[in-house]
Amino acid sequence: MTRQPDLLYSDTEDDLRAAVRSLLADRADPQAVLGRIEEPSPYLPGLWEALAGGIGAAGLLVPEKLGGQGASHREAAVVLEELGRAVTPAPYLTSSVVATETLLALAADSGPAADLLAALASGERVAVLALPFSTAPRKPGDPERRVPAVADAVAADVLLVPRPDGLYAVDAADAAVTRQSSLDLTRPLAVVDTRDATGVRLAGTEAGRAAVRRGLLAGAGLLASEQLGLAEWCLEETVRHTKERYQFNRPVGSFQALKHRMAHLWLDVVGARAAARAAADALAAGAIDAELTVSVAQAYCSGVAVRAAEECVQLHGGIGMTWEHPAHLALKRAKADQLALGSTGHHQDTIATLTDLPSPS
Amino acid sequence: MTDAAELQARTRALLAAHPPATTDRTEFLRARFDAGLAWVHYPAGLGGLDAPRALQAVVDAELAAAGAQDNDPRRIGIGLGMAAPTLLAYGSDEVKSRFLKPLWTGEEVWCQLFSEPGAGSDLAALGTRAVRDEATGDWIVDGQKVWTSSAHTARWAILIARTDPEQPKHRGITYFVCDMTDPGVEVRPLRQITGEAEFNEVFLTGVRIPDAHRLGEVGDGWRVAQTTLMNERVSIGGARIPREGGMIGKAAGVWRDRPDLRTHALHRRLLDLWVDAEVARLTGERLRQQLVAGQPGPEGSAMKLGFARLNQAISGLEVELLADEGLLYGDWTMVRPDLVDFTGRDAGYRYLRSKGNSIEGGTTEVLLNIVAERVLGLPPEPRNDKDVPWKDLAR
Ligand SMILES: Cc1cc2nc3c(=O)[nH]c(=O)nc-3n(C[C@H](O)[C@H](O)[C@H](O)COP(=O)(O)OP(=O)(O)OC[C@H]3O[C@@H](n4cnc5c(N)ncnc54)[C@H](O)[C@@H]3O)c2cc1C
Repeated sequence: MTRQPDLLYSDTEDDLRAAVRSLLADRADPQAVLGRIEEPSPYLPGLWEALAGGIGAAGLLVPEKLGGQGASHREAAVVLEELGRAVTPAPYLTSSVVATETLLALAADSGPAADLLAALASGERVAVLALPFSTAPRKPGDPERRVPAVADAVAADVLLVPRPDGLYAVDAADAAVTRQSSLDLTRPLAVVDTRDATGVRLAGTEAGRAAVRRGLLAGAGLLASEQLGLAEWCLEETVRHTKERYQFNRPVGSFQALKHRMAHLWLDVVGARAAARAAADALAAGAIDAELTVSVAQAYCSGVAVRAAEECVQLHGGIGMTWEHPAHLALKRAKADQLALGSTGHHQDTIATLTDLPSPS
Repeated sequence: MTDAAELQARTRALLAAHPPATTDRTEFLRARFDAGLAWVHYPAGLGGLDAPRALQAVVDAELAAAGAQDNDPRRIGIGLGMAAPTLLAYGSDEVKSRFLKPLWTGEEVWCQLFSEPGAGSDLAALGTRAVRDEATGDWIVDGQKVWTSSAHTARWAILIARTDPEQPKHRGITYFVCDMTDPGVEVRPLRQITGEAEFNEVFLTGVRIPDAHRLGEVGDGWRVAQTTLMNERVSIGGARIPREGGMIGKAAGVWRDRPDLRTHALHRRLLDLWVDAEVARLTGERLRQQLVAGQPGPEGSAMKLGFARLNQAISGLEVELLADEGLLYGDWTMVRPDLVDFTGRDAGYRYLRSKGNSIEGGTTEVLLNIVAERVLGLPPEPRNDKDVPWKDLAR
């Protein structure tokens, strides 16, 4: 019999959600986010300190003895739902999930990895994995020394660099980090070149590779929650707008053609919630089918988020196409998230392998 | 307050007194009903113990472990899912004690005489007349119903009929329990797309219904029908199914067994649907957990809509996947089956029968309207049929 995941939200998770939501309402409303996307850094001043340190969100995955909150992927997923709703520019997924989980997989109680974990858990430092943001958990590929499309590298103090002889921590100041113009304005990409930097070796080849895969797996699993939150926001905004917008002497939301599209979206969101919760719970429990559950969540939620954002733009009409309206922030994030941490195709291939449904030979 | 431990003890006592291996099935089901272990959330004396609904799982698990036979919920689905909650909410004490037990044990099958040739989605437009016989107080019913599943096996029916044509359509309807053995009831098989006759036409001519078999007030039948219809939509999603437990398991099985049939295009579609089926399974599981936690959400309507779309897509893929075999069809003989059996039949049958999943129990379009208006709060479409007397409506 399949393991039954816990798919509901606990009271603690609801409290955490409320805290993050109210912080974001105060400091990261759509106008604030829009106001910074063309600045040299899209990150909002003070937000990271409040979120990571103040609320303690950065250390959710880190055990208390290493300076964290000793919570789990379930709680981190709730934070990501909220960050997704607000399309918040914050290096949470990259530092507090992917980099943190990579370091946790090294199982060090002391030494440089443990020290770095403590600094990440408090939010004092930010680390990112120096791999393209599209890297799938199953196939991290051969690491290069000059890596394009590294998400949130511009916010990083430390780069986790996979090299043929092991996994290294490189001080960002010793590397060349060049910002690229990215589709998702709220999660900047950069080319990271660590050819001239030595860094500290955290693990050997095999342990390092396994840790990176683990970090990417947790990232892909929790990305589903970000996509869920984003899709939910798009649906709510679209419902709100179409109830208020009158054309032909009626609210446009009373036309059945639109109602059915929004009802379909609601069905998609209901499914995305079950899938994203299952992935977070499987990661938290270390379930044997965690990899499959993560790929199911990715294969499903990526499409839902993109559809929701595309419908949001379309059903807002002309307003949906304007720079001042946040719909485009959601669309850009959703489309970028579709490729992040493994495309739908990559995850379907993983599912095919894990369920013994092979492609034609 | 009945708790899990007490239910467990009661179930074990039932099993000890009526060992499933040596007890006749019906006899066992009657004893189970009398012990209050049929539906534990029902009142004591009516098959339940006034216990929280969630605790039924405790009883079911005990009984399943002991190999006890169930009451075949699929064969008695309409009675169980729709007639029973309505009888419970609106029946007199006599009505409840007369009907609930044989309904639950399956000794009496129920059907639903709602739809008419002129009233499907717009059910409140129905024209079957019920006129009071002033001498006896009985009701005399005349009209025609259609697409009535199981009418050929049913002993009783839930029926709605028009008692006041002068009122706007929702206000002139009354709800009854109809005796299918009454001489005025004629059931004719209605053959369907699969070749079988699972549903029927039912002609009602001078059918006499005692006033004691009226549920709810005269003219208030639409409200009573809402109870039935609401239960129809939430009755899905009860049982836990394993991964690949539904129709997708059939298609995946063919894929694994028959490498010669594989193509790249079919592979993509199979994986898309595999993911959709797994997400539907998780959605059902989440709905179940919400019910158990006492926080029912509107996800019930999502289940019915999703299930219809998924069944249709998977069964369509399966026919294509089977290539030459997909061109064959098991059997077109007209039979009148007791129940719908998806897993026991071939791909062609599944493909055709699943077309009904988006029509029966409310069409997909109508359910999407309900989601849009009741869940999302979108404004209703303008209507011109609400305040017009039924007799003056266009038809
Ligand atoms: C297998 C099967 C078993 C059934 N069993 C029973 C039974 O046991 N008892 C019983 O009473 N009935 C039964 N029915 C009947 C069923 O409830 C009706 O068929 C259903 O409610 C649709 O009504 P209709 O067939 O008249 O379609 P119509 O209402 O004529 O609909 C035609 C089309 O118009 C669409 N439509 C209608 N209204 C709207 C609207 N407002 N907005 C958008 N689109 C709309 C529909 O979705 C559909 O696509 C069964 C049907 C099937 C297929």
